[in-house]
Amino acid sequence: MKLQKVLFKLIVPIIAVMLGLLIGGIIMLSSGYDPVLAYTALFNGIFSDSYFIGETVRQMTPLILSGIAVAFAFRTGLFNIGVEGQLLVGWLASVYVGIAVEGLPAFIHVPLAILAGAVAGAIWGFVPGLLKARFRVHEVITTIMLNYVALHVTNSIIRAYLLAPGERTESIQPSASLASPFLQEITNFSRMHYGFIVALLAAALMWYILWKTTAGYELRAVGFNEHASNYAGINVSKNIILSMCISGGFAGVAGAMQGLGTYQYMTINAAFTGVGFDGIAVALLGGNGAIGIVLAALLFGGLKIGALNMQAVAKVPPELITIVIALIIFFVASSYLVHWLRNRINKRGKI
Amino acid sequence: MDLMQILSIIIPTAIFAAAPLILTALGGVFSERSGVVNIGLEGLMMMGAFVGAVFTYFGETWGFGAASPWFSFVIAIILGALFSLLHAVASITFRADQVVSGVALNFLAAGLTIFLVKKIFEAGQTPYITHRIFRGDVPFLSEIPIIGPLLFTKAYITSYLAIALAFVVWFVIYKTSFGLRLRSVGEHPMAADTMGISVTKMRYVAVMLSGAFAGLGGAVYATSISGNFTHATIAGQGFMALAAMIFGKWHPIGALGAALFFGLAQSLSITGQQIPLLKEIPDVFLLISPYVLTILALAGFVGRADAPKAIGKPYEKGKR
Repeated sequence: MKLQKVLFKLIVPIIAVMLGLLIGGIIMLSSGYDPVLAYTALFNGIFSDSYFIGETVRQMTPLILSGIAVAFAFRTGLFNIGVEGQLLVGWLASVYVGIAVEGLPAFIHVPLAILAGAVAGAIWGFVPGLLKARFRVHEVITTIMLNYVALHVTNSIIRAYLLAPGERTESIQPSASLASPFLQEITNFSRMHYGFIVALLAAALMWYILWKTTAGYELRAVGFNEHASNYAGINVSKNIILSMCISGGFAGVAGAMQGLGTYQYMTINAAFTGVGFDGIAVALLGGNGAIGIVLAALLFGGLKIGALNMQAVAKVPPELITIVIALIIFFVASSYLVHWLRNRINKRGKI
Repeated sequence: MDLMQILSIIIPTAIFAAAPLILTALGGVFSERSGVVNIGLEGLMMMGAFVGAVFTYFGETWGFGAASPWFSFVIAIILGALFSLLHAVASITFRADQVVSGVALNFLAAGLTIFLVKKIFEAGQTPYITHRIFRGDVPFLSEIPIIGPLLFTKAYITSYLAIALAFVVWFVIYKTSFGLRLRSVGEHPMAADTMGISVTKMRYVAVMLSGAFAGLGGAVYATSISGNFTHATIAGQGFMALAAMIFGKWHPIGALGAALFFGLAQSLSITGQQIPLLKEIPDVFLLISPYVLTILALAGFVGRADAPKAIGKPYEKGKR
């Protein structure tokens, strides 16, 4: 019985991914591209070279963290669409600490810069949390609005105080960097960095907080039923704020991965990075669980890196992958369809 | 520079910038009043802007001349409504989380539009269109002292269309039986169902109307403001329209007012450099003001905003 439940949990995401790729193939076919060639190139663009594997790991690192951020809030019944904004402020804070603090050894400087990102993200998450808890303002709207505030504010701070040639900040000190010549060398000089360890630790941390601590129990209880939690003596307001802060903190660390790992600086962003929004897809496909999120981030990270090779070989625009990801979200969200089909089959008394 | 001069810079720009927001926000009113959250306005608007730019361009090559933008509006309304069907099917029939489905719609529009642009034009953006929406003086009205030069001179006809539609939507939602039914399925779907109103059908119609309006909003943006379509053409206008709808308390006229106000904030950030007093204020405050104001409005500092009661919940027949 338990095995059946696990299988059923797996079946929805797997069907969703397959349907997404299938419709992606139909779109390619109907617009004159060769789907077999394209998907072969996609596959090769993920696995055929250690460079691609390194890039995939680099791409999935912030996706794991933004996925965790979305999932953590979701477990408390909150929809944090503000991961994008929290990521931006976290990115800026970590890069600032990376630039401004001098003379620290790496084993203090790196954690300090990551922590700065987490704190900045947590503060950005605190605002919608407080507004939800105190004024009952729906967090979806406030977090969307705060994304834009974060975009404009971080850009103007960089312009005013941290500007270096090329619409960006100075590079961070080497002591704050997550980049690793060793990892780059074994992956044929990709931009892979130690951030993936941080991301995996964060996934473990999320699992630990939610399932092994009293605070996590309360957070989940509020997510299941606010009124029952309140009746049982759980401080709902406190938990809403706490959840948004922790969620924002994870998002801030995702930004720190960009700043300390991939880029070593922060650019002036004309538009959103998209990593925060992709986090919604990752959390959803991963079923809001730690292991699921890592796997979903691996899939989406791989698809995004493979898309580049797909474009080079089969001339298919990489936006096709955005379409496929969107379709996967649709299908996972419409899982009622699968339930309905299963009930239909059950009613007939077979399987 | 006297006040009149300042106003004559700001106000026409505000009305101009507000038109796409008004239209899209009106679409949001339909959808959310029926109880379906529509975060997908951004994607629907993106689709509309894409259609607006592409079909105006095609219209020009087919010899439609100055009628090309209007031709593209019709297509944008139809395709916007069809595209929103995805959101309707997922969130109404398959009971998907409405916010998630809206997010998926945004992803899909972002991918699909640029995919098609690259396929059709083999470039990252569409060519610029030649026949934009024209600006003109409104006969007679532009002669009125003070108001005339501010509101009716060198104005875009689409702006008046948008403002007029806001009143039409108000009439439809508050003065017709269709509007009463629409509101009832958003407030108490079970009661509506008991009275013989098909909740599913009403919500489908409402979501498709939101798609049609947002599609038109996007097409108006492409043909009056941007002139072409790139990945950056629609970058947050849909969310700003969503904000306008909430700031306007889910009311068509409120949404109109809020959209005009956001248009004003946008126009200040564009024209601020020409105005002595505003030159001193950093850009960033004007850029973030619509978003901050929306948050303040929701927090109750600018009057209480209450959503329709049944919003966000899929309706399941027979469930208590």
